[in-house]
Amino acid sequence: MAEIQIKGVGKSFGSFTALHSIDLTIADQEFMVLLGASGCGKTTLLRIIAGLESPTRGEVWIGGKRVDQLPPRDRGIAMVFQNYAVFPHLTVYENIAFGLRMKKLPQPEVDTRVRRTAELMHIEQLLKRYSGQLSGGQRQRVAVARALAMEPDVILMDEPLSNLDALLRLEMRAELKGVLANSKTTTIYVTHDQVEAMSLADRISVMNGGRIVQAASPVEVYRNPAARFVGSFIGNPPMNFLPAEKHGDGRYHVAGLSLAGPPGAAQKLEFAIRPEDLAIAPGGLKAIARVIEPLGAHTLVTSEVGGALFRAVLDSDIRIAPGDELSLVPKPDRIRWFDPETSSALKAVP
Amino acid sequence: MNSKTLPYLLLAPATVFLAVFFVWPFLQIAYLAFTTEGGFTLQHFETMAGNWKFWPTFWNTIILAAIVVPLQLVMALTMAQVVAKLNTARNTILYIFTIPLGLSDLAAGIIWLAIFEQSGFLNSMLVGLGVVERPILFLGYQNLWVIFVAVILAELWRATAIVMVILVSGMGLIPKEYYEAAEVFGAGPWQRFVKVTLPMLRPSIQTALILRTIAAFEVFAVVVALGGTTLPVLVGETFNWQFALQDRSVAAAYALVILAISIAATLVFLRLLRTPKGATV
Amino acid sequence: MSAAAADRPRAVSDIGAAGKFLFWAGVVLLCAWVLVPIYLLVVNTLSSTAEVTAFPKTGIPSFDLGSIQFFLSFQGVLKALWNSLLVAVLTMVLSIAIGAPAGYALSRFEFPGKATFRMLVLMTRAFPLPLLALPIAVMFIRVGLDDTPVGLALVHTTLAIPFSVLITFSIFSGIPLELEEAAWTLGCNRLQAFGKVVLPLVLPGITASAIFAFTISWNEVFAASVLTVQNRTLTAFLLQSLSVSPLHLRFAGGAALVIPALIFIFAVRKYMFAMWGIANR
Repeated sequence: MAEIQIKGVGKSFGSFTALHSIDLTIADQEFMVLLGASGCGKTTLLRIIAGLESPTRGEVWIGGKRVDQLPPRDRGIAMVFQNYAVFPHLTVYENIAFGLRMKKLPQPEVDTRVRRTAELMHIEQLLKRYSGQLSGGQRQRVAVARALAMEPDVILMDEPLSNLDALLRLEMRAELKGVLANSKTTTIYVTHDQVEAMSLADRISVMNGGRIVQAASPVEVYRNPAARFVGSFIGNPPMNFLPAEKHGDGRYHVAGLSLAGPPGAAQKLEFAIRPEDLAIAPGGLKAIARVIEPLGAHTLVTSEVGGALFRAVLDSDIRIAPGDELSLVPKPDRIRWFDPETSSALKAVP
Repeated sequence: MNSKTLPYLLLAPATVFLAVFFVWPFLQIAYLAFTTEGGFTLQHFETMAGNWKFWPTFWNTIILAAIVVPLQLVMALTMAQVVAKLNTARNTILYIFTIPLGLSDLAAGIIWLAIFEQSGFLNSMLVGLGVVERPILFLGYQNLWVIFVAVILAELWRATAIVMVILVSGMGLIPKEYYEAAEVFGAGPWQRFVKVTLPMLRPSIQTALILRTIAAFEVFAVVVALGGTTLPVLVGETFNWQFALQDRSVAAAYALVILAISIAATLVFLRLLRTPKGATV
Repeated sequence: MSAAAADRPRAVSDIGAAGKFLFWAGVVLLCAWVLVPIYLLVVNTLSSTAEVTAFPKTGIPSFDLGSIQFFLSFQGVLKALWNSLLVAVLTMVLSIAIGAPAGYALSRFEFPGKATFRMLVLMTRAFPLPLLALPIAVMFIRVGLDDTPVGLALVHTTLAIPFSVLITFSIFSGIPLELEEAAWTLGCNRLQAFGKVVLPLVLPGITASAIFAFTISWNEVFAASVLTVQNRTLTAFLLQSLSVSPLHLRFAGGAALVIPALIFIFAVRKYMFAMWGIANR
């Protein structure tokens, strides 16, 4: 059992605040992804959990034990680093055995565990090599094997795939998911890659400016962003936003179109729709196509609506040219509304 | 041991060491040079400057440095360029070029003594070629300029290596793309050297010049090995006052003169070769 | 038109060949400039005492060990050699023991006062350090370290510390912090992580900078001459006897200075540029 609780954790470097009071609970065996752009505080949070950095304030609990004053070795964690951190002066075997030897496990036990994890990560034929003789992907496997061999309660991963090339990343992603699901450890995984986050996570914590903006399942984060930032950060291309003005009974003007808004809301709102939730049909938003990008399965149309940039992902059968006028109809149940003051989402239309 | 106090613990030995053996002795020197029986005085500087040997000593040191250092810069740049062009035997030649780096100035003096002394190799060659009939006494007081030349050669031979090493490592930091870009825009080899290498090498040149000029002001053993006391230099005179004349205060005054010209040279090079902010690689 | 086109490549390759010849002639010349003086010293060392003062010289060694025998049996030489070795080894140990922790602290921690310490280290460059020996000589008489190998080693350590701090700083900086952090997460405390991960990786580089410290001490003349009277090092001994000793003693002594230095420079040649490249920033 290793539930992780982060209570009011903050971190300041001089006058710069990297983390504002973070509260987060990660369930036992959950796969939690910390997602955000560089500088959002996700790595700092991970390093605080690992014990590589100490929080300015707040508490970290792992498996019912307060650990924020303990050194990394006493926290029951294992970590996989962005640059793998495979010890160059040791063989693959000794790298995987490193933590086990520090625990003073008997040699037969060490040997069993090294061979088992090496087999799991498909590197059993590399055990006698040094890291200089390994490819990036192989080093990554060694780093993961080294962490798994510890049989930790918690595995922390800091952008472990970001240094691999695209194809290898895809392969390792699927493999990691399988291995970690079987290992029954709690995993915290830091990445800036939203596709990676979506594919791996039980839950995603989207971070921005040292705060967790939303912590929810991948689909929830995608469909119901809790804040404007989440909508604009997740999804490629990102969500479209247009200003909306109330006129009478719960109806809003959006770029000349009248739409039913959330009841009892403010005078000014922000209308949001994902590019793939638009269709060409009469009576929609008036858009002037600017750039047409065929992407194979779909065609990405960048257009202008009421002077604002507006993207639509349309079927690749359509024939349009730059300058054409389009009418884009949003799917009613996919429309989201944000408060322009707080930029947080309003409850979905009932 | 937490990470707040650990760095200070690690720095403590070096800091104490430098305080005791670097800062304190220099305060001592300053104190010795400026006081007599506890009171402030310039008397020791007057004694120093009043001695007939002071000004020749001072100018000998300055002129030696003024000739040696620029020549070393040119030679080291040439060597560094040569090394940069090498493909075969690069490491061997680089090693040969850096050999003098490990040699003491005394050894260098003795090596060039083997060439310049009366029964030495230079005389052997000159007589063998029939240029002169009898070996010449090069290193006597009648031939002060020959001693000068011998010292310059020995210093060039010994200490160019350090300049070259600094320049070669500096050149290693210049991305090849700059040369390719310059070539694409039509710059020839010489123009590439002047317009790309030299400006980008400015920080390394600065370091090398500061290091070498200060060392040149400290020239001592080479001169003693080649000319005894015939060609007086500042450090030699410092030694002389300390031991032969037993006046530690005047020796301290000499030390402060060397310090003063060293700092002056450092400031000049820092100012002259400063790299504009943001203009580094 | 076609004739011109056919001609051109040959013209270019001719110029290329001529340029190549000139280039290699230059390389050979530069190598000779470095190597020939050392060769001549070796010739004198490997000649009989009579041959050293004979004239004219052939430039070919007779492989007579007379000079070397004379040198080694000369009063005080063996003791001076032993003292040089002792002082150099002490300097090597002290400068690494004191300098490496500081280099590690500079490379791994951000802390108030870091910039000040760096300044202190860099400042030592603008100072003619051997002159420190003058006030230190007085200090040593008071504490009983005068004329001892330990005392001289302390002063030589002051000369070597700026180098050992900067060089070890660059060596430690070359070891990713992540490796240490990985060791911490795998059950090591700070000291264990250093011993099991950092130390094996930096050992060659630390050895190189230790050897560097050794040569600094081995070659140093001024402070050695100031601080030792009975327990002279080889450099101090040679300097003191320059004006009175026969030529063959000086040449054999010069060779004794040069040969260990040559070996050491060869041993650390791989690190020379890495050390200087970063140490001079």
